[in-house]
Amino acid sequence: MTDLLANSPVAIAEPSRQAQFWRRVVHHKGLMFGSVVLAVIILMALLAPLIAPYDPYAQDLLHRTIPPVWYAKGSWLHILGTDNLGRDYFSRVIYGARISLLIGLSVMLISGMIGTALGLAAGYFGGRVDMVVTFIITVRLAMPLILVALAVVATVGGSLWVVIAVLGLLKWDRFAVVMRAATQQVRSLEYVAAAECIGVSTPRIILGEVLPNILPHLVVVATVEGASAILLEAALSFLGLGVQPPLPSWGLMIAEAKTYMFFSFWLIAIPGTMLAFLVLAINMVGDGVRDVFAPNGKG
Amino acid sequence: MLTYTAKRIGLALLVALAVSALAFLALRASGDVAIALAGEGARAEDIENIRKIYGLDRPLVVQYVEWLWNMLRGDFGQSLYFKTDVLSLVLDKLPTTLYLALFSLIFSLAISVPLGVLAAVYPNSWIDRTCLTLAVVGQAMPNFFFALILVMVLAVWFHLLPVSGSETWAHFVMPTIALGYYVAPPFMRLVRAGMIEVLASDYVRTARAKGLSAASIIGKHALRNALVPIVALAAVQLGYLLGGSVVIETIFALDGLGYLAFTSITHLDIPVTQSIVALLSFVYVGLTLAADLANAWLDPRIRVG
Repeated sequence: MTDLLANSPVAIAEPSRQAQFWRRVVHHKGLMFGSVVLAVIILMALLAPLIAPYDPYAQDLLHRTIPPVWYAKGSWLHILGTDNLGRDYFSRVIYGARISLLIGLSVMLISGMIGTALGLAAGYFGGRVDMVVTFIITVRLAMPLILVALAVVATVGGSLWVVIAVLGLLKWDRFAVVMRAATQQVRSLEYVAAAECIGVSTPRIILGEVLPNILPHLVVVATVEGASAILLEAALSFLGLGVQPPLPSWGLMIAEAKTYMFFSFWLIAIPGTMLAFLVLAINMVGDGVRDVFAPNGKG
Repeated sequence: MLTYTAKRIGLALLVALAVSALAFLALRASGDVAIALAGEGARAEDIENIRKIYGLDRPLVVQYVEWLWNMLRGDFGQSLYFKTDVLSLVLDKLPTTLYLALFSLIFSLAISVPLGVLAAVYPNSWIDRTCLTLAVVGQAMPNFFFALILVMVLAVWFHLLPVSGSETWAHFVMPTIALGYYVAPPFMRLVRAGMIEVLASDYVRTARAKGLSAASIIGKHALRNALVPIVALAAVQLGYLLGGSVVIETIFALDGLGYLAFTSITHLDIPVTQSIVALLSFVYVGLTLAADLANAWLDPRIRVG
């Protein structure tokens, strides 16, 4: 990739803006590492039926808690061993990626829409609107998120969709805070004033002029919030008030293995490591995007 | 200062009112309390009876005002599961959680401030990069997973600490680490950024020109100024620590407010759950109020602007 850029005529002459941008992307180690790990996990989730050697729900009570292949008692039949119900752990881990990614993406979309709308409105209109939105944000921040989420899931009943709805409706605060600040900055720029002068309608200014220019901020917040939603779902499922069995949520897998952890710690270590890697990758992509878009603001 | 204080307190009261209303509504709207009260297998007329006895058939607004009014008078209601007074139950568990949150805050500051300073003094060095890596990895690690790793290593393999319970100070060590490490990265980033800015300032250059030692410059002049924004973040993080205690206390069976919250949530003990959610919100509102006032006192620009 680097060679390609170096040999291209564009790079030898004056590198175009786009070429410079892509060079920064390729040379950013964190961004590259994060993207590769994230891509692998996404592929794993998409191709789960093709990769998984077994049905993730199929129990085999005669072959319970077989350790992974690197243990003396392990076998190549079950690379990552089996759980307490004899389900193939490798297959469950692969299908688990689907749940984590689905949660991260849907919560990000729901909370992103709420938060961005609030932040754009507050930042663009200012005055009373800003006061009201700031108040709503303050109120939301004062609510203990995980407690409220646990309580609501407990009364409504846990399921994947309930968890997504609850987290989506609760986690918009950072979107609103960042979008508000970014909009305030862009709003005072000349091209917004110019657009106002020539009579462009307010919705078109907000969506056509303001939003595209704060998009990098939005991407950064979206990654942070997606990652944090994945961790929250795992924590809720771990406490038994999130995704319900037999779904292979990584947090739930850790909860189910807790009783056996003293004898078979790998039952916890494998899904836990997957969670950590996924969140790490998403956060690194977010940090990378921020660096790439603001090359001078480094440090 | 007086106008600012009055305004800020007024806002805090308004926020507290809104949060309590929302918490009340969220819990009431998400499930039927009467069904939870009646328990499993209750008949329809039993549920109807309970609804009348507890006044659950009245409009939600009336119920909310009554709940708030009672709470202000110190009557938090009766626990459905523990069959005791909610207030005494909560007050009984509160110290454990306050200790845990405070210990965790001190622990996270104890690792993040030195690391942040080191990273700022040697920017882009291997120390800086190691600190950054630690922060990024730390923030990706699910805290319940980290807690279980701690249990395996410190309690099961090396027999250094008890697995769970809350009798002695040793029971607090692992929960403190498991809760505290997660809030350390934001502190570290803030200390690092603040220190880099301060170290480049004129008065630090003057101090250097005067020939002051590096230790005195960093400790006396730079760090003190870099710590100001830490106060505001600490207030926010303390609120997070109080809420996050629900996961950690449950894992370690540490008998505090978080564990109580979890037990009452799983048993649909709504009076206790409501009270804890409201209490933690009020604590958060109080903490941010205190931090804002402290900052306004330190920095006149805030109270004017």
